[in-house]
Amino acid sequence: MEQCVHLEFEVAGNNFAQAGLASDQVKSTLKKLGIDPQDIRRVAIAMYEGEINMVIHANGGRAYVDIFVDKICINLIDQGKGIENIELAMTPGYSTAPDDVRALGFGAGMGLPNMKKYTDVFNIESEVGKGTKVEMEIHFR
Amino acid sequence: MKIREILNLLGGKILCEGVSLDRDVYSACASDMMSDVLAFVKDQAVLITGLCNPQVIRTAEMMDMVCVVFVRGKVPDQTMIDLAQEKGITLIASPHRMFAACGLLYSAGLRA
Repeated sequence: MEQCVHLEFEVAGNNFAQAGLASDQVKSTLKKLGIDPQDIRRVAIAMYEGEINMVIHANGGRAYVDIFVDKICINLIDQGKGIENIELAMTPGYSTAPDDVRALGFGAGMGLPNMKKYTDVFNIESEVGKGTKVEMEIHFR
Repeated sequence: MKIREILNLLGGKILCEGVSLDRDVYSACASDMMSDVLAFVKDQAVLITGLCNPQVIRTAEMMDMVCVVFVRGKVPDQTMIDLAQEKGITLIASPHRMFAACGLLYSAGLRA
């Protein structure tokens, strides 16, 4: 399968104002490649939620993005505090975000469920105290 | 309706014209939680919110929205305004509270 583009991003922790820059760049790249707007939106939402998660919960991390002719693969890797109970974290509405994060409009407990909803492949591995790895694929329709 | 009508109905002030005020929009969503906007919104073109931080603009951009209305007199800072301009999003500030703003727009034909 022919690979079009590989992108890597450092997602800065504790810099809420900058969160979303990586997703924005991926969105622009997909636009330039002429990907269907509906697909672009699914990618943008899933990656943006992931980016916000890394900023809020993990003090930042790295995003690795591979764009192919028919799909995009996004790997989000952080060395944050990890997720104790992934099943619980995947429950819509469940959140461990503190009040100050909610005051910023996030932490409604929809991040991970939303990422799963908008992707075709969604895997998450996490170890408490070590970090979290999220693998997502979105297939272009 | 045109974005210009939203501006007039809400007694709003235009903060930046990322897209033309003559742009037609048919649907809107209202929330202070960006998480919910990302989770539940489909093709709405207008976001009505009382939240005022850069992630409002980012959220609107990710959802391909073209207009954000800030209610309760909230006014975004210049960084947000510049970002909206760059992303082609028109920003309006309205003194109305959320409920009244939604009611006025709904009565005038804007839908969810």
